[in-house]
Amino acid sequence: MQKTLKRYFPIFVLPTLIAFAFAFIIPFIEGVYLSFCRFTTVGNAQWVGLENYTKALTSQSDFVYSFGITTLFTVISVVTVNVLAFCIALLLTRKLKGTNFFRTVFFLPNLIGGIVLGYTWQQMINAILFRYGTTIVSQFRYGFIGLIVLINWQLIGYMMIIYIAGLQNIPTELIEAAKIDGATGWQTLRKVKIPMVMPSITICVFLTLSNSFKLFDQNLSLTAGAPMHKTEMLALNIYQTFYGKVGQEGIGQAKAVLFFIVVTAITVIQLYVTRRKEVEQ
Amino acid sequence: MTKRKKSNLLIYVILCIVTVVVLFPLYFIILNSFKGKFFISKQPFELPTGKLFAGITNYVNGLERTGLIQAAGWSLFITIASVAFIILFTSMTAYYLTRVKGKTTSVLYYLFVFSMVVPFQMVMFTMTDLADKFHLRNPLGMCILYLGFGAGLSVFMFAGFVKSIPIEMEEAAMIDGCTPLQTYFRVVFPILKPTAITVAILNEKWIWNVFLLPYLVIGISTKYKTIPVVIQMLVGTNGNKDMGALMAMLVLSVVPIIIFYMTCQKYIIEGVVAGAVKG
Repeated sequence: MQKTLKRYFPIFVLPTLIAFAFAFIIPFIEGVYLSFCRFTTVGNAQWVGLENYTKALTSQSDFVYSFGITTLFTVISVVTVNVLAFCIALLLTRKLKGTNFFRTVFFLPNLIGGIVLGYTWQQMINAILFRYGTTIVSQFRYGFIGLIVLINWQLIGYMMIIYIAGLQNIPTELIEAAKIDGATGWQTLRKVKIPMVMPSITICVFLTLSNSFKLFDQNLSLTAGAPMHKTEMLALNIYQTFYGKVGQEGIGQAKAVLFFIVVTAITVIQLYVTRRKEVEQ
Repeated sequence: MTKRKKSNLLIYVILCIVTVVVLFPLYFIILNSFKGKFFISKQPFELPTGKLFAGITNYVNGLERTGLIQAAGWSLFITIASVAFIILFTSMTAYYLTRVKGKTTSVLYYLFVFSMVVPFQMVMFTMTDLADKFHLRNPLGMCILYLGFGAGLSVFMFAGFVKSIPIEMEEAAMIDGCTPLQTYFRVVFPILKPTAITVAILNEKWIWNVFLLPYLVIGISTKYKTIPVVIQMLVGTNGNKDMGALMAMLVLSVVPIIIFYMTCQKYIIEGVVAGAVKG
């Protein structure tokens, strides 16, 4: 069977492969090469070695700054999103009436795109700040807190769904046995429920992590980096380096490669952690 | 018993508060979309009554400025066509890569998996340039690019499922004289349906909402703009912001999503859970 199927490569694989080459393989290779070049279009590239990387990391300290606030943002949002989502999931797995309705409503924001979400929140935050004679773009803390609130609003429903699925998979005998043994609600939570949903926790932590770290649409629409690039996170910083002013394309590409390396590192750690957990069970 | 009732009541109160917080931004844009544009910043939380009420002026103005209806049409077309391409082609690819063992197929498989990790910023400049050279700056070209970008996750998910299908059925079909294509479409593809739904939902969610890819590839000067692109343009291009029009357009952007959610709620939630667990 393998032999006959093998001849069908052009039909089964080629269409996807051609699209994949256009969207990913060729641009990726070009991208790595161009990060060592000075260029304004792909055609006029001149090899400059590591110059772009040194510029990205030293004199252009905006990248290092963006890295810092992106990390801070990611840490805060991972903690807030997951704690809140887990608490709501606990409330929704107590077999109360109307659970389905709440679950449906809470998940809704996740389906709305980043641009639409960003402007909705921008308008609302500005409406509140108007009373104090200011706007979201006037101070770093308004924009930064705004981003945290927004990511929570968008991701809590998503993570909640995964936690609910995890909690529902715990065998009821386990919880009943704990009750018979005289465990309090808090003890059941800490000694039974949380250990049993560890796989869900790992998934959610890394989903929130990669969503927050790569945030772009929401950042662009909510603050666009204002004031003075202070709320500009990594993805937006790279975009602005490319398209903000002419002549920085090489630096932009070098930043993109660095960004890619960090994201890959996070993913490798994720795989490592997940695998190890699976072995333990 | 009363203690339990009390704690249940408390839970309901908390859940209702969360519901209000979740729905408030949507209520806020609906409320203000019916207000005169000069009242929005000063009286953002009042009901649109009396002199505040602007009827559908904001909607008319917004639609005129953005061409949102046309954008919705292109968004719909590009999303449906791309998802159809993705389901058809990536499932075939995943099937081939799983069933034909060899160096080439395993290299290709890992290349697809690898592409899931790479952030868009890495390829954004070079991909836009390539799309320009090969005349992909149109809806059909967008579908090809979405197929390429969606391939990683989709091939990965389909391949995971194909591995669990016993090969005997396919062998029996082949012995009965089916060609690989017939075997695939009559035996394998029907079994893939649950995964196909998951893959469709995940890609739909992404393609409908993505901003940067259509913005860079199709640009703002063509007629093929999608919803996120026209929303960004409405705010980005005019100096004196028409906040009323913006509110109205935000409302109209959310409506299709809510309709879609209400009709396919079960599949969406299941798809998202399955996608998260496997991805």
